Amino acid sequence: MAKFNLNINGKSKEVEVDAATPLLWVLRDHLNLTGTKYGCGIAACGACTVHLDGVAVRSCQMPVSNIENQKITTIEGLSENGDHPVQKAWLEHDVPQCGYCQSGQIMTAVAFLKENPNPSDPEIENAMNGNICRCGTYLRIKAAVKTAANS
Amino acid sequence: MLPKLPFFKTKEPKNQSKVFIPSRREFLKISSLVTGGFVMGINFQCAGPKGEVITFAPNVYINISSDNVITLIAHRSEMGTGIRTTLPMIVADEMGAEWSKVKIAQAEGDEEKYGDQNTDGSYSIRMFYEPMRLAGGTARQMLQAAAAAKWGVDVSECSTENSQVLHSSGKKIKFGDLVADMGKMEIPKPESITLKEFSSYKLIGKDVMIYDAKDMSTGKAIYGADVDLPNMQIAVIRRSPVVGAKVISFNDEKAMAIPGVNRVVKIEGAGNPPGLDKPLEGVAVIADNTWAAMKGRDALEIEWDLGENQTYSSSKQLEEMLKSTTGDGKLRRERGDFKAAQRNAGKRIERTYLAPFYAHATIEPPAAIAHYQGDGICEIWAPTQHPQWARQAVADALNIDLYNVTVNVTLLGGGFGRKSKPDFVVEAALLSKAAKSPVRVQWTREDDLHHDFLHAQSAQRIKATLDKNGNLSGWNHHTVFPAIGATASATELHPSDGELGLGCIDFPFDVPNIRIESHESKAHTRIGWLRSVSNIHHSFATNCMLDELAEAKGEDPVDFLSGLLGEDKNLNFEGEIKGQFGNYGESIEKFPLNTGRLKRVIEIVAKEANWKNAVAEGKAMGFAAHKSFLTYVACIVRVEKGADGKLLIPEVFYAVDCGIGVNTDRIRSQFEGGAQFATSLAMTSAITLENGKVQQNNFDGYEIIRMPQSPKKIHVHIVESMEKPTGVGEPPVPPYIAALCNAMYKLTGERIYQLPFKA
Ligand code: FES
Ligand code: FES
Repeated sequence: MAKFNLNINGKSKEVEVDAATPLLWVLRDHLNLTGTKYGCGIAACGACTVHLDGVAVRSCQMPVSNIENQKITTIEGLSENGDHPVQKAWLEHDVPQCGYCQSGQIMTAVAFLKENPNPSDPEIENAMNGNICRCGTYLRIKAAVKTAANS
Repeated sequence: MLPKLPFFKTKEPKNQSKVFIPSRREFLKISSLVTGGFVMGINFQCAGPKGEVITFAPNVYINISSDNVITLIAHRSEMGTGIRTTLPMIVADEMGAEWSKVKIAQAEGDEEKYGDQNTDGSYSIRMFYEPMRLAGGTARQMLQAAAAAKWGVDVSECSTENSQVLHSSGKKIKFGDLVADMGKMEIPKPESITLKEFSSYKLIGKDVMIYDAKDMSTGKAIYGADVDLPNMQIAVIRRSPVVGAKVISFNDEKAMAIPGVNRVVKIEGAGNPPGLDKPLEGVAVIADNTWAAMKGRDALEIEWDLGENQTYSSSKQLEEMLKSTTGDGKLRRERGDFKAAQRNAGKRIERTYLAPFYAHATIEPPAAIAHYQGDGICEIWAPTQHPQWARQAVADALNIDLYNVTVNVTLLGGGFGRKSKPDFVVEAALLSKAAKSPVRVQWTREDDLHHDFLHAQSAQRIKATLDKNGNLSGWNHHTVFPAIGATASATELHPSDGELGLGCIDFPFDVPNIRIESHESKAHTRIGWLRSVSNIHHSFATNCMLDELAEAKGEDPVDFLSGLLGEDKNLNFEGEIKGQFGNYGESIEKFPLNTGRLKRVIEIVAKEANWKNAVAEGKAMGFAAHKSFLTYVACIVRVEKGADGKLLIPEVFYAVDCGIGVNTDRIRSQFEGGAQFATSLAMTSAITLENGKVQQNNFDGYEIIRMPQSPKKIHVHIVESMEKPTGVGEPPVPPYIAALCNAMYKLTGERIYQLPFKA
């Protein structure tokens, strides 16, 4: 067990955990930030996506000890009232079905749009390739990413 | 206990519904959202075959608070279909409630209160459309009467809108302001309720956003593993690697040495057969947190007696199953004389079709939380499709009274049939009792793929004959796959009538000689039901064969199928089916198979997709039509080779007749998702077993279609209809797979006889 000081959603949090614990389980088990989801544990589904200094990472494959001073943003910290342009676009297209994958989809989309504010369809598809939606909401995700890009 | 499979249900309800005012305590128990005000319940009951009272629909609870907030109870599980939104929406629309301010509370599992809560078989809308309207209509009529009495006007001059009663003079009163009067009102009899004209609905028949969309987009939605209880511990289990395996001994020294690990507990499995509601044999590591439990589980040393399934190979069994279809099987339907048709045939065509085991791979792996409180009381939080079965299974496993088990239903991160089975809920209950604290059982993705209730692999052989004029004269369909029932009873060697009623014996075409046979096979792993169940493989074989027969006859497949449906008529298969025809739990009189409705969706989809127009070089289209779960669907898939040589699916066209389209946006979303789901089944996913063990571990081995390979456009034409509404969760899947395979043939010149295919 070791102590870690983490900057999460603009707040500093201290946790005492095994150094190898993936950030995903630190968030979910120790900080009660359950918006970030577990889907595979091997960086194959994207459900656990969060931002480290604005870059999308799979928190299931990120040992907490690898995090230094980077700012961690989770779905809960993306916007105050759920009104980030990407979240608004998600509602406009009524994207979710079961909804479980959507935190990860949104976090991937937000980081991607920051890098590429005017993406083409193939660019969106490649950027979202790591996020599985078993319910199959891909078309609405793509439409919502485009709407967010234009807003 | 065998589940009440939806396609086995045969209830002919005689309406004995009544309206009542439940005790406030009872309502408060269900809904922490309610702040007081008027509560009414509408109880839908009917007489069973022996005159006993069956609650066939929920008590619909409606709460109107004095600050004019309307709270409705959702009694079905939300797993992505939108049902948690759509059923309350029906009540609200009929009632005239202001939808944007309606609150929805989720019911716990309670058969007496809510009737059937098994969210499965695409039947929620079919079963509850009428009761929900009646409930809303009852509330509206009472509100109007209360306002009329207050104003001293005639009730016929009153209507409702935006949670207000309006008088023709322009006077208005909020529902909330009538709360005090409501309790004094006489409760109207169900037969005195007049429902609104369909054209006056503001929500029914429209696109309505799901209630949980915002929570789902902000990380606030609560799924199975998201509930946090004080002193909760986390369990991860090493389950029998082969179904039926038993623990001989285990050493937990290394596991217990991991910081955070508190306890190791053995779970006893049922052995063989494994059962549909029992946990598998296993050893659980219970820890302070998930990571410690996972590491502890990895450190376990277990000696297994692998039992009789340890030599099982799915590929070998599939070969044997295929071989078995060459002989005569058990006769399941017969019309005319197929053997005579064969003797007199101008042409005989025989083809075989193979499909693999599939896992559900819901994006949320199973997880459940139990709090065994001693004194025989247990509370559960779980993403379950069937809270009542979970409640019963927990009561049985702990040997406690059913009434002392509370099952709270969270949102489900996908269900597709997996989360009907309560095995994972029972695990949590057993472990909470052992640990004397609340326990969350967390399945990893590996656990989920290794220990699913799989969709059965199948072999089919179809022999068809064309007469001397080239017309289809004979259809002989052989099907073999391990039955769902075999998971509970080892003597089940043939698929049940119910499973064959899903796209096999209900073959709707006008062929003079039909012979349908099943063959024996054993289950060596747990078999369950997956979105559209045996329609998946039956439609694949039937619709691919029909495409080939059209070609043999030299006819366009769309024209061929429409022609084969003959005159518009209702089919009842009378005298032909050997055994029971389930018809998805409905009587054939109430929900006949109407060939005209199937022809109509075929006609529409062909028009929308410009089927008759030639396609450019390097592009192709494929077509199939299939009725399942009482919903008629036709599908055309366009394919082409992408620049990188990979297959592209640029466009999909669906036409669907599901009767009244209740929430049109959610109908479309089910079809959009259904096409993506079916693409995975057709092209990327398969489970295989060797030495009795599942060989795929995670999404790297069991692949799900991702955005770049997924269909690019999906058009859904919802046929305007005033027929009784039917479900749409499952019907998109079966025709899509065959339409895609038929398109592949046009593109490559090669027929597909085995799933999944690579392209
Ligand atoms: S849980 Fe991290 S990518 Fe799947
Ligand atoms: S919405 Fe269910 S997995 Fe994406």
